[in-house]
Amino acid sequence: MEVLEKVEEGVSASSWAEIMRDCFKRNGVKLVTYVPDRVLTPLIQAIEADPYFQAFSTAREEEAVGIVCGAWMAGTKGVVLMQTSGFATLPNVLASLPCTYQIPVLMVISERGTLGEFNRGQALVCKTMRPILASMGMEGHTLASTRELDFIVDRTIKQVFGTLDSAALIISPLLSSGKF
Amino acid sequence: MSVEVMNRYDATVRLRARLGDEDAVIGGIGNTNFDLWAAGPRNLNFYMLGSMGLAVPIALGVALAQPERRVIALEGDGSILMQLGCLSTLAKLAPGNLGTVIMDNGCYQITGSQPTGTAFGTDIEAVANACGLEHSATVATETALDAALDRFWQIAAPWVIVVKIDGEPPRGTTERDPLRIRMRFMDALNLA
Repeated sequence: MEVLEKVEEGVSASSWAEIMRDCFKRNGVKLVTYVPDRVLTPLIQAIEADPYFQAFSTAREEEAVGIVCGAWMAGTKGVVLMQTSGFATLPNVLASLPCTYQIPVLMVISERGTLGEFNRGQALVCKTMRPILASMGMEGHTLASTRELDFIVDRTIKQVFGTLDSAALIISPLLSSGKF
Repeated sequence: MSVEVMNRYDATVRLRARLGDEDAVIGGIGNTNFDLWAAGPRNLNFYMLGSMGLAVPIALGVALAQPERRVIALEGDGSILMQLGCLSTLAKLAPGNLGTVIMDNGCYQITGSQPTGTAFGTDIEAVANACGLEHSATVATETALDAALDRFWQIAAPWVIVVKIDGEPPRGTTERDPLRIRMRFMDALNLA
């Protein structure tokens, strides 16, 4: 953990979260639906502390996707936050709702199951994530350092809502210090 | 034993007649959707072609984005059983502009009428109540449906009506052009 923090050159654990929150705000992404995850906690806290956002948890990730799809059709941009294992529950919904109707869904996935995972179940689920994204023609950008974070997040949001093609921002343990 | 039930198409026609010009409907997949189409296509109806179980979440997204607009989620018993957690989310958010109507025939009619849990005693209204949705009714007659709609139509809280229906097949088939469906819907929401 100390090594990882040195890689980030003393940047505090919450700053990646603040950068992402600011990118959402700058691009008018107001609605945040999530199934929580320990890694996502600083991002969820940063968002919930800011009255600009409407943020709430759902019982399942499928619901979270359905809600942002409905909201986008009605004029509100949103983002879904989830863990790798939650993303693995989504292929049917992603293929038959956002892909089928060309509704843009911005996803933030906390990457669990790699770079020090202790749970074999999580490790195996993690291997499905990028193939699932690829099979649906969705971009998935791995976020590994705060240096490029604003650029990647800002550009991805603009591309998702500009092209109506959904995409995922994947929070690597390299960014989050890997506190599963 | 004879149990009184409604017909899905007839119930859908009654619901449609109640809708104002600005009211939006999210139609869950399958025969529920087919009868929603058969009851008369509307631009403010969003006809789902997959993502079974997501009528309530999609409707919730529309309702949150446009709080002045009435939004109705129309589902089947099989569909809602697949995504019961959304009733808890709905109760938590408690939008005052979202009503849910669930057509309950106790079976997955479109796949061969295999029974759902409601055929064995699962009570969807009771599930909704237990999730925190207190404004609810289970109806089996046109009079009861009208009375429930009268009761809930103007309240500023989410409501759920379970309609017990027969096993008659649907009266039509939804058009299956997703982009047309989505763009008509968004046009009607004054956004596309």
